[in-house]
Amino acid sequence: MLNQKDILSTIEMIDQQHLDIRTITMGISLLSCCDPDAKRACDKIYDKITRYAEHLVKTGEDIEREFGIPIVHKRISVTPMALVAGASECEDYVPFALAMDKAARTCGVNFIGGYSALVQKGMTKADEKLIRSIPEALARTELVCSSVNVGSTKAGINMDAVALMGKIIKETAAKTAAQDGLGCAKLVVFCNAVEDNPFMAGAFHGVGEAEKVINVGVSGPGVVCHALKAVKGQPFDVVAETVKKTAFRVTRMGQLVAQEASRRLDTPFGIVDLSLAPTPAIGDSVARILEEMGLETCGTHGTTAALALLNDAVKKGGVMASSSVGGLSGAFIPVSEDEGMIAAAKAGTLCIDKLEAMTCVCSVGLDMIAVPGDTSAATISAIIADEAAIGMVNCKTTAVRLLPAPGKTVGDSIEMGGLLGSAPVMPVHSESSEEFIARGGRIPAPLHSLKN
Amino acid sequence: MNAIVTVIGEDRVGIIAAVCSLLAENNVNILDITQTILQGNFTMVMAVDVGKTGVPLAALSEKLDALGTSMKISIRIQREEIFNAMHRI
Repeated sequence: MLNQKDILSTIEMIDQQHLDIRTITMGISLLSCCDPDAKRACDKIYDKITRYAEHLVKTGEDIEREFGIPIVHKRISVTPMALVAGASECEDYVPFALAMDKAARTCGVNFIGGYSALVQKGMTKADEKLIRSIPEALARTELVCSSVNVGSTKAGINMDAVALMGKIIKETAAKTAAQDGLGCAKLVVFCNAVEDNPFMAGAFHGVGEAEKVINVGVSGPGVVCHALKAVKGQPFDVVAETVKKTAFRVTRMGQLVAQEASRRLDTPFGIVDLSLAPTPAIGDSVARILEEMGLETCGTHGTTAALALLNDAVKKGGVMASSSVGGLSGAFIPVSEDEGMIAAAKAGTLCIDKLEAMTCVCSVGLDMIAVPGDTSAATISAIIADEAAIGMVNCKTTAVRLLPAPGKTVGDSIEMGGLLGSAPVMPVHSESSEEFIARGGRIPAPLHSLKN
Repeated sequence: MNAIVTVIGEDRVGIIAAVCSLLAENNVNILDITQTILQGNFTMVMAVDVGKTGVPLAALSEKLDALGTSMKISIRIQREEIFNAMHRI
């Protein structure tokens, strides 16, 4: 028999500490939708997504009610669209994004990811067409998310793609200027992108994946923060143990929900992503966990060490709780989506350089950071190159999701609403990186990529 | 299939009676009840067998939720597996 204390602690986690399943994401392969006729390909894409994900939202809601655990998002990820659209004889890929958007609306999901290209070593014609269509595609759709992988530990960094992405991000911001450049919140530039990530905006269904799959992303910064309050002043060994135990519980819940969703949808279970994903709500912040460890404000000296411990303990606690761990798995540090990060950035303690250092030890990268609208494309590309270098050398995923808000400068802030939150515009270095980015070519893979 | 019913809120006359009646009307068998006052709040945890009820758990959850709203307390029903997963290895 379960004891009352355990039952009530779960209820308290859900009610007061924002414990939730962040997302159930169905990955769908669209490789069978390739067609020389673009119109026919788009029809096949719409039909396949709506057929496979027809019951996704309802199933998620049923599980939510029966288990009494909130499931915040139900989402879809698809094969990188450049691979599907490449078979069609057409120049404009925007209709493929429109087909994804329409299918997502029909299914009732709140995002669909996979308007993507993987160009870490080179760009095919289709990759380039897709990348150049991203600004238009994101301006004309609401639910489509896009990602581009520009580097990997195995292939190095494609600096031509890095240069192009700086321009694409600027153009995306310009095309969605009326909404403070909202399009950029749906565009991620990766190094070492993973094929089974359930989290947006970077989710896509890799070509090594099955026909369809269920991936689940758990969350719970509030639960970890609350658990750490009970061990105030104690040594880091105790902190790490506390985080591990909490992550174990949260992940077990994710595993249960993932298996249940997989069974009901008759879709193989893929992975549980052990992530601490914050929201702008009070009490659901990763920054506040770091502060609970003894830092006055997130971003001050000691922040990187605190984050390293947190990220590692989350993985160690979670890995035993799930039969298959994947995705990004670690702590996320999106500035606009984390109440504590927003406060630290507004106070000036958290700057872009410190965030870059933090990305060396956490699961993703420079995420949801507003920069001045007049930041040059070359500077954005240089920020991407720095971040990709960290990912490439450290054999980890890194990402850049910058928001160059048109017309905004340091001191302003942008409002995106909902879970995307709000972001104070952070300063970037004004010295030029133009000549560096103009070189193009490829930064070779590091020596430790030669493992065979 | 077992589920856990939790009732939390300000203590008043008739909470147990109302919850038990609703469960009985829906052919839900009560296996165990613990009840206490925690930090001033009436707190009751029940283990129940929902195997013989003809009502889907989601619908039962809505009925209990409605009862809770009318009595200004929180009543929820959750499948037992969620607690086993989180607190048992």
